[in-house]
Amino acid sequence: MTTQMFGAPIRRKEDPRLVTGGGRYLDDLGNDALAAAFVRSPHAHARVVDIDASGAVDVEGVVAIYTHEDLPGAVGEPLPLLIPHPTLTHGRTGYALAKDEVNHVGEPVVMVVATDRYVAEDACQRIRVTYEQLPVVVGIEKARDGEALVHDDVPGNVAAHMTQEVGDVEAAMARAPHHLTLDLDIERSACTPMEGKGVYARWDAERDELRMYSSTQTSTGVRAAVAAKLGLPLQKVECIAPDVGGGFGVKIMHPWPEEVLVPWAARLIGQPVKWVEDRREHFISSAHERGQLQRVTVGFDDDGRVLALDVKFWHDNGAYTPYGIIVPIITSTQLLGPYKPGAYRCEFWSLYTNTVLVTPYRGAGRPQGCFAMERTMDSIADTLGLDRAEVRARNFILPEEMPYDHGLLFQDGRPLKYDSGDFPASLAKLKALVGWDDFAAYRAAAEAEGRKVGLGIGCYVEGTGVGPYEGGHIQIETSGRVNVSTGLTSQGQGHETVFAQIVAEELGVRLEDVHVTTGDTRRMPYAVGTFASRAAVMSGNAIALAARNVRAKALRIAADALEVSPDDLEIVDGTVRVKGAPTTSISLGTVSVLSNPLRYAFDEAARAATQFAGTFDPDKPPVADDDEPGLEGKDFYSPTQATFANGMHAAIVETDPVTAEIRILRYCVIHDCGTMINPMIVEGQVHGGVAQGVGGALYERMAYDESGQLLNASFMDFLMPYASEVPTVEADHLETPSPLNPLGIKGAGEAGCIPVSAVIASAIEDAEGFPITRMPISPSELWDLRRRHAGGEVPSLHRALHRALHRAPHRAPHPGLGRPTSPATPATTPRDGSTTTAAVTKETPA
Amino acid sequence: MTRIHVTVDGVAYSDEVEPRTLLVHYLRQSLGKTGTVVGCDTSNCGACTVHLDGVSVKSCNVLAVQADGHEVTTIEGLAEDGQLHPVQQAFHECHALQCGYCTPGMIMQACDVLKDNPDPTEAEIREGLEGNLCRCTGYHNIVKAVQQAAGQMRSASSGSGETADATEAAEVSA
Ligand code: FES
Ligand code: FES
Repeated sequence: MTTQMFGAPIRRKEDPRLVTGGGRYLDDLGNDALAAAFVRSPHAHARVVDIDASGAVDVEGVVAIYTHEDLPGAVGEPLPLLIPHPTLTHGRTGYALAKDEVNHVGEPVVMVVATDRYVAEDACQRIRVTYEQLPVVVGIEKARDGEALVHDDVPGNVAAHMTQEVGDVEAAMARAPHHLTLDLDIERSACTPMEGKGVYARWDAERDELRMYSSTQTSTGVRAAVAAKLGLPLQKVECIAPDVGGGFGVKIMHPWPEEVLVPWAARLIGQPVKWVEDRREHFISSAHERGQLQRVTVGFDDDGRVLALDVKFWHDNGAYTPYGIIVPIITSTQLLGPYKPGAYRCEFWSLYTNTVLVTPYRGAGRPQGCFAMERTMDSIADTLGLDRAEVRARNFILPEEMPYDHGLLFQDGRPLKYDSGDFPASLAKLKALVGWDDFAAYRAAAEAEGRKVGLGIGCYVEGTGVGPYEGGHIQIETSGRVNVSTGLTSQGQGHETVFAQIVAEELGVRLEDVHVTTGDTRRMPYAVGTFASRAAVMSGNAIALAARNVRAKALRIAADALEVSPDDLEIVDGTVRVKGAPTTSISLGTVSVLSNPLRYAFDEAARAATQFAGTFDPDKPPVADDDEPGLEGKDFYSPTQATFANGMHAAIVETDPVTAEIRILRYCVIHDCGTMINPMIVEGQVHGGVAQGVGGALYERMAYDESGQLLNASFMDFLMPYASEVPTVEADHLETPSPLNPLGIKGAGEAGCIPVSAVIASAIEDAEGFPITRMPISPSELWDLRRRHAGGEVPSLHRALHRALHRAPHRAPHPGLGRPTSPATPATTPRDGSTTTAAVTKETPA
Repeated sequence: MTRIHVTVDGVAYSDEVEPRTLLVHYLRQSLGKTGTVVGCDTSNCGACTVHLDGVSVKSCNVLAVQADGHEVTTIEGLAEDGQLHPVQQAFHECHALQCGYCTPGMIMQACDVLKDNPDPTEAEIREGLEGNLCRCTGYHNIVKAVQQAAGQMRSASSGSGETADATEAAEVSA
């Protein structure tokens, strides 16, 4: 056997070019191209009354200026609604350039093409657009009250209203001995890859062909959409994703207005055109995600088992719904995590606001769902005075219950059926890693020093590797070089490496002989894209299947040549040899020569395949009826359902007793994505996901004012974490193979970020002793909560009251002797009816 | 247009530039040095970091005319004789990059940090890289890579002299 490749932490093949500045990102291409820039709406909701470009036409270097009036046929029609759904009764999409009305700040209104970007922006500055402002809808409450409308013909701003129910929630709720209701709130964030979007197109007038490059997560999707918009045969459009500087979901949306306009203009002008998104454009004209208001009602028994779960949520989908309602559907289904909910009902409304549209961002609705479920678990535990991990364990789906069918439909329209997972084992590992059972002592020691610490936990299940399919194509050249292609794209996940590992292992070739191409429609025109943690599962398995086909063909040809049975052969380091007699061998390169009967010898190796070389059976054709020339194999992988990965995180945070600054002291991750192809890369995905989760929990939000201006549309004001803010991640893995695919793998891409807000909220709440229901949370918000808690507006957690009682004789003054600013009784009665004054004792250690 | 004379990655160039041209755009568009990339408009992300006379600067925040008469080193000029710089090598070994977009700037900044402080603590590394954003890696492996490169560079510069290494480290922490 060749050195083991599958499962090894192989260093990446893409690194040598990327660490030396040899990457080729979108803006590194097409130095000769004209540059496009856009005049974008400065208003969140307005009618476009007039566009006056007269001041711009004379700017030296301006080549063309376009408004909606200039867009012919399909180019001027609304952009496609990519994922229709029966409950999306009022789907709306924008235009490539605004027609009559703008619905968010940043919507493109005028396109300028010029010799370079500096000139194009000069010209944009001189274009005068007159607007008539319309009432603005910002925030879910305002969308929900429906007084002002984003789209005149969408009553109540409701794009979609959907309910799924399993079991009889009303009845189960009525039977449950305990109930809780939680109102929760999650704010917007965004993918913000370090490289924004970008499009570069060249029109070949002699061949009537379009070549375009896009910083996209789906080159096949862009190609099909652009061909349709421009009325070109698919064969006349090729789309390539070059090196892509991060995606995290925003680049799966397509076609972006610029993806239609740039190729259209390149063809019209007859010169290459390029547009590269700047950072402000990325904030105001790409996509955001996360914003939801949630109301959870839960009924549970004395042991903390959930009997009925009734969830309503309101999802902010921004100004348009080109990506359908994938995000809220995922929230509504993935909310269940590793738990059996008893009866479950989830009802959601997807609402329009005059803000940037909402499409999937890493996690895609799961972080919100996880937040709802995990806040609920913590509340149940607190109400009953039970350990939070224990309550979770009591609600777990057990390994022997797998596969577990929730009776719901997932985002791919297929059953939400978990394939495998060992949740109790994951929890045990997590508890050991973080020191769950020793935390009381840890806390006591910290409190003795006047410090406030808290422990948080969050569990999730992630549907990964959704269909419909991906393909793999492998071709072995006569030199022994192995070319692999798959249609989905890469944005840093190391596909060149992991897919090469799969091929090296399956085929028995050296890693350095394997060359992987992704996201190039010339090489693999059938593909879906990179999203939903699906690349490894979908393309990985397709490539493995293709490799098995090639291997079978190689063995067949080699067996003929060596006059042995294929069963007696093995392939080691690119050489086919007889098992036990390794000197009887033939290289894969030579097999490749033999696989392709030739008339012409172009080099030494080719001579062996020409018609007068060697012997042949004159009664047989050179290529058998059921065969093809070449040592190639192709296959597709199309599963009946998603695989379900899972993970559990725990964190210890410290909150400053005075400034309310929040510090993550430890962050622990247990992650199970089935069999790992490359644990180093999986771990890197987890690290990156956690960092994005931390950003979303503590720093990042989209600060819209009521007129729909995004106040923090730059890295100066949008607080994306630096190295100084992200904690070290302690990670451990469990590998529960998926029974659904040949490699046993599940996806890992989004995992890290899903539970982070839930975990941090859980930990802060544990440190502070009052509920956290809104994320992200800043020190000033925490400080304000403390103030309101002290004022009795925010209730105490039960366990904080208990801890306070236990502590009282030793360290805390008698509750009645608290600080004068802390009232003795919370204004709202705690859930157990006790009147202990947690607010007082809680603050004593400070 | 103004004429500037700049040495970039060891090669002398003389070009006419518009006074408003940013150094990063001069490097990328006039010289074809696309290894240095742009990630923001506001000098917050550090993707464009290069060395100007040996000190790291954000080249989106420097005008090309300001580089007149100076020496610029970009990520493309860091490797010597086909040998990766120890920081480049460590980024590869520690899996300190994913999409690679922040990597040129991150590596240039890491070199600068190590020049000032050859034996930084983890906290000092994190602080030294504060100004360079990465959206992919969570910084975990970047910090590890800088630590590893620091170790390698110290042992290379002190030859086999354990004592020298220790003294150097002691001086820094003092
Ligand atoms: S591009 Fe220079 S700091 Fe962001
Ligand atoms: S590796 Fe992608 S931004 Fe750092």
